[in-house]
Amino acid sequence: MKALNTTIAGTPPSGIRRFFDIAAEMEDVISLGVGEPDFVTPWRIREAGIYALEHGFTTYTSNAGLAELRQLICADLHTRYRAEYAWETECLITTGVSEGLDLALRVLLNAGDEVIIPEPCYVAYEPCVGFAGGTAVPVPTRWEDGFAVDPAVVEAAITPRTKAILIGSPANPTGAVQPRAALEALVRLAEKHDLYLVSDEIYDRLTYDGTHTCLGAIPGARERTVVLGGFSKAQAMTGWRVGWICAPSAVAELCVRVHQYTMLCAPHVSQLAAVEALREADQDVEDMVADYDRRRRVFVKGLREIGLDCPEPGGAFYAFPSIRSSGLDSETFAERLLKAESVAVVPGNVFGPSGEGHIRCSYATALPLLEEALVRMDRFLRSL
Amino acid sequence: MREILELLEQDSTLSHETLATMTGRSVAEVSAQVGAWEKAGVIRRYKAVVDWEKVDGADSAEVTAFIDVAVTPARGVGFDDVAERISRFAEVRSVYLVSGGHDLRCTVTGSNIRAVSDFVARKLSTIDRVQATATHFVLKTHKQDGDSFSDPEPDHRLPVTP
Repeated sequence: MKALNTTIAGTPPSGIRRFFDIAAEMEDVISLGVGEPDFVTPWRIREAGIYALEHGFTTYTSNAGLAELRQLICADLHTRYRAEYAWETECLITTGVSEGLDLALRVLLNAGDEVIIPEPCYVAYEPCVGFAGGTAVPVPTRWEDGFAVDPAVVEAAITPRTKAILIGSPANPTGAVQPRAALEALVRLAEKHDLYLVSDEIYDRLTYDGTHTCLGAIPGARERTVVLGGFSKAQAMTGWRVGWICAPSAVAELCVRVHQYTMLCAPHVSQLAAVEALREADQDVEDMVADYDRRRRVFVKGLREIGLDCPEPGGAFYAFPSIRSSGLDSETFAERLLKAESVAVVPGNVFGPSGEGHIRCSYATALPLLEEALVRMDRFLRSL
Repeated sequence: MREILELLEQDSTLSHETLATMTGRSVAEVSAQVGAWEKAGVIRRYKAVVDWEKVDGADSAEVTAFIDVAVTPARGVGFDDVAERISRFAEVRSVYLVSGGHDLRCTVTGSNIRAVSDFVARKLSTIDRVQATATHFVLKTHKQDGDSFSDPEPDHRLPVTP
């Protein structure tokens, strides 16, 4: 047989997969390894989806997505962040940020173009750059800096082949929120070296200690920035697969072109549910965010009390404590914790080399379970 | 501070330490505030939400009825004096003045249908200025005071996801 695609065959499976396989075989596991809300989609949104099914909204929509949804997204971005996007030409609906990321990278990159990615970062960033023909250039961020991007480190990685910088804030896995100054510095770098910026803002509503900065709203950023967002996290709609891209029209138009041939459109029912989410579900979102915030405070305090150093995560729903005091590497720590105490976490090294020495714990878990997990983790640490 | 009341309304077993952590306040501050609320009657008491059908079985659980009461109002007091009289019975769990076809809506519990019917016939409808009553027995409780009595939705998430 002839060889399959070498880029894809050469991309290793996510390190998360192995832990999924172990955890899936065990009983009574408390999972802090889940990258999605424990809330079910708010009922008013589900009800809108049911209504859409009952009334036969089971067809394709236009490639770019429902006009009403695009109008609502652009209006929401303007109200919340003063970002200016024209819904007709600069916004399209995707099947989640995952597709949005893939589209953006395929549209921006030519073969061999480099994309600078501050890590630890979401597991899909580097593979998607590779699938789009580019080369990922990971640059480290430091726990001591709260995982804030150091513009000097980014600039040192820029070469004549550098095409874009890809960043997620608030971040999976660290929960870090990039300071506005760091984002502004990235915009200056992008202007200076003529780079694009790809900004994954799926966790925008889940910020606890300040307001979110939309990269596309920073002066100078707009014409070179692709903003990715969606409904999976704040509205607890992961399985609906609906997100969006906002970008300057030249980029957005080509994103629609790929999307029209590869995806055709995002699911119609999901788009209508997303309309309801933006029109009516703000209170539901605020209630969920307030709940995450309370769990965050209890969980982070608990981690510190059992001896795990944990920087205050300002966003998303992850804590990323250091486990260096245990003397174990993060992979060994996670595997032994799972087998000894049936608590599933994700080792930090799967998110990049700077994640070594950390574990990702999702606090999108009911409070009594978080408290039980802390008891088990404490017992595990004492047993070492 | 309102957040603390909302949290206690959801789960009154939360300790002052946990409440303090959740809301970013000191334990002393939370304790002082909760104490003040208890003293002022803002927090009237703490209780549990019990699904009695699970304890006694559907057949032997207490019965509950909503009873709508038409009342002739009186000068100076309106409906208040009658509402007050009805409220004093231990069988009466709630009394509201409402708009619509009747004036008061009460919740009454008893060990069986007969007990509730007797209460309505002998006590409630014989109060001065009570003109008429309409009794609606509860057949099944689906949700009460914000608490759903059906089983929670199972967690469909995979144990580890990116």
